[in-house]
Amino acid sequence: MPEPLLEVRDLIKHFPIRRGLFGREAGQVRAVDGVSFDVRQGEVLGLVGESGCGKTTTGRCILRLIEPDSGTVRFDGRDITRLPRRELRPLRRQMQVIFQDPYSSLNPRLTVGSMLGEALAIHGLARGAKARTRVAELLDLVGLSPDHARRYPHEFSGGQRQRIGVARALAVEPRLIVADEPVSALDVSIQAQIVNLLQELQRKMGLTYLFVAHDLSVVEHISDRVAVMVLGRIVELAGAEALYRAPRHPYTLSLLSAIPVPDPERRRSRIVLKGDVPSPAHPPTGCHFHPRCPIARERCSREEPALREVAPGHVSACHFAEELAEPGVLTRAPAVASQAPPVPPG
Amino acid sequence: MTEARRPAAAGSPGRIFWRQFRRNPLALAGGVLLALFYALALLAPFVAPYPQDELDRSRFYHPPQALHWKDAGGRLHLRPFVYATVPGPGTFEYREDRSREVPLRFFVRGSRYRLLGLVPSERHLFGVDPPARVDLLGTDPAGRDELSRLLFGAQVSLTVGLVGILISFTLGLLLGGVSGYLGGWVDGLIMRSSEVLLSIPGLYLIIALRSAFPASLPSWQVYLAIVAILALIGWAGLARVIRGMVLSIRRSDYVTAAEALGMSRTRIIVRHVLPNTLSFVIVAATVSVPGYILGEVFLSFLGVGVQEPSASWGNMLQQARSLTVLTDFPWLLYAPGVAIFLTVMAFNFLGDGLRDALDPRRLGAGRAG
Ligand SMILES: Nc1ncnc2c1ncn2[C@@H]1O[C@H](COP(=O)(O)OP(=O)(O)OP(=O)(O)O)[C@@H](O)[C@H]1O
Ligand code: SF4
Ligand SMILES: [Mg+2]
Repeated sequence: MPEPLLEVRDLIKHFPIRRGLFGREAGQVRAVDGVSFDVRQGEVLGLVGESGCGKTTTGRCILRLIEPDSGTVRFDGRDITRLPRRELRPLRRQMQVIFQDPYSSLNPRLTVGSMLGEALAIHGLARGAKARTRVAELLDLVGLSPDHARRYPHEFSGGQRQRIGVARALAVEPRLIVADEPVSALDVSIQAQIVNLLQELQRKMGLTYLFVAHDLSVVEHISDRVAVMVLGRIVELAGAEALYRAPRHPYTLSLLSAIPVPDPERRRSRIVLKGDVPSPAHPPTGCHFHPRCPIARERCSREEPALREVAPGHVSACHFAEELAEPGVLTRAPAVASQAPPVPPG
Repeated sequence: MTEARRPAAAGSPGRIFWRQFRRNPLALAGGVLLALFYALALLAPFVAPYPQDELDRSRFYHPPQALHWKDAGGRLHLRPFVYATVPGPGTFEYREDRSREVPLRFFVRGSRYRLLGLVPSERHLFGVDPPARVDLLGTDPAGRDELSRLLFGAQVSLTVGLVGILISFTLGLLLGGVSGYLGGWVDGLIMRSSEVLLSIPGLYLIIALRSAFPASLPSWQVYLAIVAILALIGWAGLARVIRGMVLSIRRSDYVTAAEALGMSRTRIIVRHVLPNTLSFVIVAATVSVPGYILGEVFLSFLGVGVQEPSASWGNMLQQARSLTVLTDFPWLLYAPGVAIFLTVMAFNFLGDGLRDALDPRRLGAGRAG
């Protein structure tokens, strides 16, 4: 088994909520609340969870674009959590990010060529004519044409802009890319194109991805393993195949049931969660999922379930993870409405 | 958001800007008028027939002289002329002497001056043979040519705004940028000071600041004092807006991307943050120039502006304070009044046009629509 390229341990980031004239701290948003996982060299780890569960914050803490409160991030065996800015800069070349919003992620005042040229210049990778050749190569790599270099971002469509964002990340030849919902803002028809492009690049260049998404269908084909987050914590992590076939957390099950499946034989009962998503400022006691969990019992609101191995390489944070292996356990639960129209989750 | 969708607009931001700006006739007219005014101010000693302080004791309050092409006998002249005038019957009253035509001459010799402060010359765009005089916009209470004073006054009044925004925008950009980018106590300090400045009514602040300087100073020092006072008041509002913009640009993904690439903070500010405040700064600068022009008028109205004999539109207007002047010698109001009005309107129209043409949505800062 390859060595982990990225090791995240007990990562915590709480944002203060400030109120009033003097910015008094009125509470905390527990955006990331003790997250641990590994990403192996050359692997794609999908990170899935509803809006506001802390996916972006996790990704940015890993890249030190946000300073985590505590926990460690090791990249290639080296603890980068407390590295001073100056020593961090050479490492920046090895870790890149792709953003969700193709509009705000490109500076409207720079041509594509100067934007990419700038990325090359920062680390002294290429200058002058060499840089121009490299820019053309990069554009070609992401499926754009070399003469797009002279254009400004507003001259491109959303999908094309996302390709430019990919080219910018690739410019510095990184090893790890945090792709933060790279297709969520795109039309469904474009999503597959971008996912395929990313997958192709990953294979061709041996890249490692942390691939963030808010629903399971997007990461299904690209991920080797998938982690599912609820309110700042990972609740399930397993090989993609195992997670889709035999999920061991009710939340993962509800996400899976929301994926429209054309084959009626395989169609799952739709699990509609009751109640609102709790605020990360006031997470529920015990299991963070218990107010919405269709099989929650008294113990769930009292006792916080630990992330434990329920099958080889398959971890889940549910007291009753084993019961989920029995077929139909969820559809028997009284709180579940079955066969509701498919609605995409949070 | 499909790949096939046609992009919103093609071309560099500069080209899009021009295409849009051209469509706004008022803004274009404003721009052309201002270009003309600034050119006239620059060339004032050449365009003006007389120096700003040259007076004629026989021509106090002389009304504007009309240009004629046709003489009393109905004969057409090739070159325009004015009739000579004689005083009377009352004081400050003048009659045209229809028998004495004074032809206007072009590129005549007159008083010496240095064009642009450098090139010595004694040519003037137009004039008449002395001892006759031509006062196309009349004369002021001291018998000085109103047109010449208007042209020389433009040098003061039109540059007060430019120098003023230069100072206040440097301050505003710097303080607002630092405030937004650094945050923390620096931000607190700068924002609280700006609030204090903004909470004092402008006129009182101007008067209070003006009283810090001696009442009578050499005119160039007064000029500097006025600019400094207005600029010190002007930066606060601007700094607050810039701070807000910097804050939001700083959080934008393209700045995060630059950080992720390992770009230094200074380079991020220079290359990504400041250029994206540019559209706003250009528009804000344009529409804030009139404030300085009117500020100078206001100080001159109080008698603490640019001092005689130097001309400014403010101290010219000050001569038209009293009701008798307004009724008997209205040109003293019209000349500087119309000049100020046109300039202020031109800046506002130009600013509006720039705002529309530099609209971030059109330049693609937001979602290309
Ligand atoms: N700078 C910040 N200051 C305060 N709160 C923040 C900040 N950034 C994020 N949060 C809060 O932290 C929580 C997690 O945010 P995050 O952006 O990581 O979620 P996410 O899973 O990426 O959501 P989405 O799917 O909407 O992108 C949210 O409740 C959010 O409001
Ligand atoms: S621990 Fe309880 S509330 Fe949490 S997911 Fe499992 S059953 Fe549901
Ligand atoms: Mg996010």
